[in-house]
Amino acid sequence: MVTAAFYLAAVVGLASAVVAVSHRNPVINVLSLVVTLFCVAVNYALLGAEFLAAAQILVYAGAILVLFLFVVMLLNAPEEQPAAEPRPFQRAAGLALVTVAALGGIVLITGLRGSLPAEGPQGTAQAIGRLLAGPYLFAFEFISLLLLTAMVGALMLVKRKH
Amino acid sequence: MWASLAVTASKLVVVAGSVLTSVAVMEWVERRGAAFIQDRLGPNRVGPLGLFQPIVDAVKLLFKEDITPSSVNKGLYYLAPAISVFVALVTFIVIPFGAGKDVQVFGVPLGGLIVAPDLGVGILYLLALSSLGVYGIVIAGWSSNNKYSLLGGLRSSAQLISYELSMTLAVLGVLLATGSLRLDDVVAYQATHLWNVIPQFIGFVVFTTAVFAETNRLPFDLAEAETELVAGYHVEYSSMKFAAFLMSEYINMTTASALIVTLFFGGWTFPGMQHFSGWWLLIASVGAFLVKLAFFLWLFVWVRWSLPRFRYDQLMRLGWKGLLPLATLNLVWVGAAMAMRWI
Repeated sequence: MVTAAFYLAAVVGLASAVVAVSHRNPVINVLSLVVTLFCVAVNYALLGAEFLAAAQILVYAGAILVLFLFVVMLLNAPEEQPAAEPRPFQRAAGLALVTVAALGGIVLITGLRGSLPAEGPQGTAQAIGRLLAGPYLFAFEFISLLLLTAMVGALMLVKRKH
Repeated sequence: MWASLAVTASKLVVVAGSVLTSVAVMEWVERRGAAFIQDRLGPNRVGPLGLFQPIVDAVKLLFKEDITPSSVNKGLYYLAPAISVFVALVTFIVIPFGAGKDVQVFGVPLGGLIVAPDLGVGILYLLALSSLGVYGIVIAGWSSNNKYSLLGGLRSSAQLISYELSMTLAVLGVLLATGSLRLDDVVAYQATHLWNVIPQFIGFVVFTTAVFAETNRLPFDLAEAETELVAGYHVEYSSMKFAAFLMSEYINMTTASALIVTLFFGGWTFPGMQHFSGWWLLIASVGAFLVKLAFFLWLFVWVRWSLPRFRYDQLMRLGWKGLLPLATLNLVWVGAAMAMRWI
């Protein structure tokens, strides 16, 4: 059951990732990216990282990509026109070769170990909260300060133009 | 194993059935309520008090011609209403709607009356999935290939993002007091303490206003403002595809009211609860939950027919300059009150 769910999420996620970079319509690109991120969240949930899964959907699929979509729809970008191709199957063949080469490289590097570590880190909200408020407190606060600075900077840049 | 699966499945059937029934009931309440507020009669011909009107309406919508305009983006055009209904239906499973501590069904203790009791992230799951609801509206607006739909879709995406922030911050106050993301823990906390609406009244006001905006109801229904956008994002939809958007709006309204009840009004708890046990507690707690739910559903109708629509700049000003600072203030207050051990 869990394995079937993993394969379903993995295949759908990879397929929509390919669509996200290859489709000519920018709106379809953004929407396939949403599907990919949703599938990644499903895989987080299957690994027991519930909090990460919820945060992934909430932040990426629910907020950031809505902004992407907003911009794309507002600009109303036209569909890309296909460039004239001298050999139509060249690109497909190249993609297949690259995929095979990448898979081969992964197998060579990892030595194809089929097993996962017996016990991973805990992914519940409590566990992540303890880590963030404990050992990683400084890094956590530092990142929030950095993000705040970036936000104020962005606001200043926008304001200067008016 | 099978017995517990059967218990979960029957909870799911009960919840999904009730939520879908609430659509029909609310359609009747909305039309009769509007008539009552505007001092007219409303639909009163079909059945006693017009109670069978929703059935007639559903039949009408089912048999209307299903038009697909020739210029739409077909796949996305069909997908949009499906996304809206899907997102609306899956969110209710983390909301506890009754006490079933000592009750056994098929030899399996019921536990709390909640479809997914073991989901540790609780309300985060609900917030995450309901944040996907905006795609139904945006995709509908874009794929219809109509300028009014597109404007409606754009407006609603900006609106939902702006109000999501204040809503989540208001929820954070409740979670801070409870110390847990699970909604059954939120209810258990309120069974022993004051209901959250008293110490966190600002949070309650911010949350309620924000969910009105999130459900696209008046005074925040700029996505479908019929006086300027014809019907907004669903202008090109007809028959059951249009009904799907209508259904998702009412389901979202039910979920939002249930969330207000659970977070701020003690969920299924009620005064004098300790005198009940077993099946009586179950029945009384579900009853208490339904009464509170009904009140907030009526509030949605009441507000819709009493307040005029905001202008777009007023909407944005209220969201960013009104609600967001208030929600932050509420969070600071809750933190300070907890540090001083007042709540």
